[in-house]
Amino acid sequence: MTFLPTLGALVMLVLMRGRPLLYKYTALATTAAVFVLSLVMVFKFNQNTASFQFIEKVNWIPRLGSSYHMGVDGISVLLILLTTLLSLVIIPASWNYIKDRELSFFAAFLFLETGMIGTFCARDLLLFYVFWELMLIPMYFIIGVWGGPRRIYAALKFFLFTMAGSVLMLVAIVAIAYLARPNHFAAPVFDLDQLQNAVFSFPVQLAAFLAFFIAFAIKVPMWPVHTWLPDAHVEAPTAGSVILAGVLLKMGGYGIIRFCIPLFPDAAAAAVPYILILSIIAIIYGALLSLVQKDLKKLVAYSSVSHMGFVTGGIFALNIIGVEGGVLVMFSHGLLTGSLFLLVGFAYERLHTREISAMGGLASPFPVLASFLLFFTLASLGLPGLSGFVGEFLSLLGLFSYNKAMAVIAAGGIILAAAYLLWMYLRTMFTETRDEKWFKLSDLNLREISALVPLGALAVWVGVYPATFLNIINPSVTRLVHQMAPYMAQHGNFLTRFLAALGGRL
Amino acid sequence: MKAVVLLIPLLPLASFVFTGLLGRRYLKEKSHFASVGAVAISWLLSMYVFIQVERGHTLSWQIYSWIAVGHFSVDIGFLVDELTAIMLLVVATVGFMVHVYSIGYMHGDKGYYRFFAYINLFMFSMFMLVLANNYLLLYVFWEAVGLCSYLLIAFWFPKVSASNAGMKAFLVNRVGDFGFSLGIMLIFVTLGTLSYSGVFAAAGGLSGGMATAICLLLFTGAVGKSAQFPLHVWLPDAMEGPTPVSSLIHAATMVNAGVYMVARSNPLFAHSHTAMLVVAIIGTFTAIFAASIAMVQTDIKKVLAYSTVSQLGYMFMALGVGAWTAAMFHLLAHGFFKGLLFLCSGSVIHAMGGEQDMLKMGGLRKKIKITYWTFLIGALALSGFPGLSGFFSKDAVLAGAFDGGYYYFWIVAVITVFLTAFYSFRMIFLTFFNEPRDARLFSHAHESPWVMTVPLIVLAVPTVGAGLLLGVPPGSGYIDHFLHGVFAAAIHAPAHEFGLLSGVLMAFSAAVGIAGILLAWHFYLRCPWLPAKACKRSGRFYTLLLNKYYIDEIYFAVIINPLRRFSGWLWRIVDAGVIDGAVNGAGWLAVGAGRALRPIQAGKIQGYLFTMMLGLLVLMIVYVFLTL
Repeated sequence: MTFLPTLGALVMLVLMRGRPLLYKYTALATTAAVFVLSLVMVFKFNQNTASFQFIEKVNWIPRLGSSYHMGVDGISVLLILLTTLLSLVIIPASWNYIKDRELSFFAAFLFLETGMIGTFCARDLLLFYVFWELMLIPMYFIIGVWGGPRRIYAALKFFLFTMAGSVLMLVAIVAIAYLARPNHFAAPVFDLDQLQNAVFSFPVQLAAFLAFFIAFAIKVPMWPVHTWLPDAHVEAPTAGSVILAGVLLKMGGYGIIRFCIPLFPDAAAAAVPYILILSIIAIIYGALLSLVQKDLKKLVAYSSVSHMGFVTGGIFALNIIGVEGGVLVMFSHGLLTGSLFLLVGFAYERLHTREISAMGGLASPFPVLASFLLFFTLASLGLPGLSGFVGEFLSLLGLFSYNKAMAVIAAGGIILAAAYLLWMYLRTMFTETRDEKWFKLSDLNLREISALVPLGALAVWVGVYPATFLNIINPSVTRLVHQMAPYMAQHGNFLTRFLAALGGRL
Repeated sequence: MKAVVLLIPLLPLASFVFTGLLGRRYLKEKSHFASVGAVAISWLLSMYVFIQVERGHTLSWQIYSWIAVGHFSVDIGFLVDELTAIMLLVVATVGFMVHVYSIGYMHGDKGYYRFFAYINLFMFSMFMLVLANNYLLLYVFWEAVGLCSYLLIAFWFPKVSASNAGMKAFLVNRVGDFGFSLGIMLIFVTLGTLSYSGVFAAAGGLSGGMATAICLLLFTGAVGKSAQFPLHVWLPDAMEGPTPVSSLIHAATMVNAGVYMVARSNPLFAHSHTAMLVVAIIGTFTAIFAASIAMVQTDIKKVLAYSTVSQLGYMFMALGVGAWTAAMFHLLAHGFFKGLLFLCSGSVIHAMGGEQDMLKMGGLRKKIKITYWTFLIGALALSGFPGLSGFFSKDAVLAGAFDGGYYYFWIVAVITVFLTAFYSFRMIFLTFFNEPRDARLFSHAHESPWVMTVPLIVLAVPTVGAGLLLGVPPGSGYIDHFLHGVFAAAIHAPAHEFGLLSGVLMAFSAAVGIAGILLAWHFYLRCPWLPAKACKRSGRFYTLLLNKYYIDEIYFAVIINPLRRFSGWLWRIVDAGVIDGAVNGAGWLAVGAGRALRPIQAGKIQGYLFTMMLGLLVLMIVYVFLTL
């Protein structure tokens, strides 16, 4: 499954140069096939165990102790499903969007899909790193080649930020691989199953944790390393934004759950209060900045910063409710923000602007577009019954169980979310139609609707019956939380003690 | 019974999907069939459920487990008891009538199908809200009715004021819901469950402080939804929505959700005297505060809106002083008579071709007879005229405050009765009496079609009769017995006997109401030049009332504008300046460092060797430290 998209891309590149319809359909067929495969995987996945499944293990570089070791647990499965779905819907969504070098564009996305799936499956640190970097390159080109007017700046910023994190991570990977050796003559240990049992001293843990964490935090992105995101989004083509927000940001959260916490539990437990504070700053800060954005894409980008704050906040509450909430927010955010970017793109194709002030009254000429935007806006602001609510509520509840004051501040972000989203909706869709010409333009067509409907349906599904998804991730999350419990107890609830000392305890 | 209960919300939901999907292309002006039909059946089923509950068949039913994570688990399930039955009765009856009325009122509107789809969605959400068996589900539909309210207030979205009002309603409610959701989390963290039965069973073990905290947080939600001070600001603006919506959502059903929630949580509130007192204070203050604003408004719907805020304040006062049954009784009566009043005002507006300013009306009594008589009945009930429903329910509230020893609250409430009667009849006299003030509008005025007048007549029946039927004798009438079981945990004292003192108080409050009517008569019929003079006399105070105590302006100056300025500052200074500046600075630093380090790559072997040795040394030191 991982390499099917690459295969598709190669076939396209080699055989179908200059035959646009053919390679577009090949791209569609490839992503569809991958999606079906991922569905098969979801159905075959055993939800009762936390151990890894569908394991493939082949020797790769034995001298370095590295092997091609792939496998998935519930969290990977969920994110892979998200990846394959989004990769599928962006194909019809950008059917006529790109004007030059179309072939390379679609091929780049297929390469990207391989990288993304691989990252979610890798059970070997070196392999993980390879996939992680593999993702970076197509994305760099997608922004840099098919982006907007400031694309070079944005692509470079994206690349440098991510690269800075990657380098730190690589150093940490090599360091722990060598430190985890049973003796000085053995090969380094990259395999996660073995690393899981290795014990590192606290200073090593802390250093490695920080290196990994910074890499992932940039990806999430957490405050204050988020500034690459708005620029990248604004310049990226629609499909690029969808994947960037929908999947690439999730790599950060995934990495934290998969590597940062279980490999360095002691350091993670010690870092909890600080990371939670950063998360809460991100929630409020992102929301406040969304409030004053003038460009629709930037607004959605800053709202991502805010929403991803719920992810890290939930995860680092390190109780079952919080972590499951965090993971569910990742999934739901992928669906919703992906859809929002699609919609912004569809509006852009018609109006050739993303300035909020240039819009107004779009609901009259484009009722279908307005209905979809309303749906995803509401879901995104956490309306119960849709996907945003369940994750955010669980995440907040987890945070609340950890520390009440933090949850209170974070919950303030939900008020702000309603404010910036509804205000955006008001200024773009409601009020008088600003330009009579718009009535001559066509509303969403069937191809565009078909890209949105599956995402919307899933958003409803998660909102109404989240058990389907929570059951998949439950065993893995439970294992993680149980592993962390002693460390959390040891480090104690720093903030509760702090507040108790202030006498501010409820 | 399970199937019946399930169908009540599902029918409007099905109709919402049907009308919403097919309305624009296919159903068009026939959109109301499915929608009205579904609600009609839901109404019949609600009546059936009420009768079943009346016979003692309550229902508690877990349908499926919605969210289950760790030890957190929430079901989707129904609880049908006496309290639910009362709410179903109001929601279904007013809902059904409003649907029928809307066929006439919304006729010819471009968004006809959209209107019926939204209002069906509202019915579904509202039914679910009162049927829910746990706090989270209540919260879910609490938000959902808020959404419908948003959609319907902003129904005529090309109008800037309408879209603004919709957004304002949603946001102000979000502020309340912020407290509500934290309250729910606090309940879960302390009691470990969210189902009503579980929470109420465990409520006894709460410490006083915790009970107060939970109750006040829940109450914050109620303050938002039921438009109590200081979150009342959205409701008057919500009048931008079509009038049937004002009647259904913003008078008879949704705004009562806060009262319902507090009443439902009575076992919790019973543990916190402080919280009860806060509820009573907010309620009483809102009652007189909003009534005073209603006295000077000239928009007919705004008068009714402030009146609703004020009457909801009564209900909270009743809850706060422990007169639980009285609160629900007033909710029921108010639901009918205020729903009626709004529909009547809609009929007036319809007759006047969309004009809402009472100063342009006058003399309509002869032209729109049915509307006039039903409006009069509603206004009399609102003023607490003896015999009508409002009289008994309002008196139950007053008696509850008096019997509980809350004399100050009682005095404020009696003054409010006076104000209420005054503004109600000011409205009647300005609209229906004297000479028409706008001849052109008047000449076009006509009575509404029967689809609109029949609902008025139907709603006038309970407006007249509900009090006599349910509230006699006061303090031990039908409704007191019916709801006794629900509030058993919270009512400590046995019901007060209706004695001489109660009779005197009742007569007194009735007299106060009639005095208010007479004053309005004196001002607006006998000496029509008086109001202008009085306004001039009271000068500043009048301006203060006319501007609704400048609450909106204060919010803009203190909260909204500073927040926007702060966000703008964050964006320009912190994000673009400090953070990005640091990053770009680091970039320049790298370039500079590259330049500075260029000499060591100048191709001199010694240089390379030296650097290698240095690097090796550093690595060895690090390695030694790490292995130590």
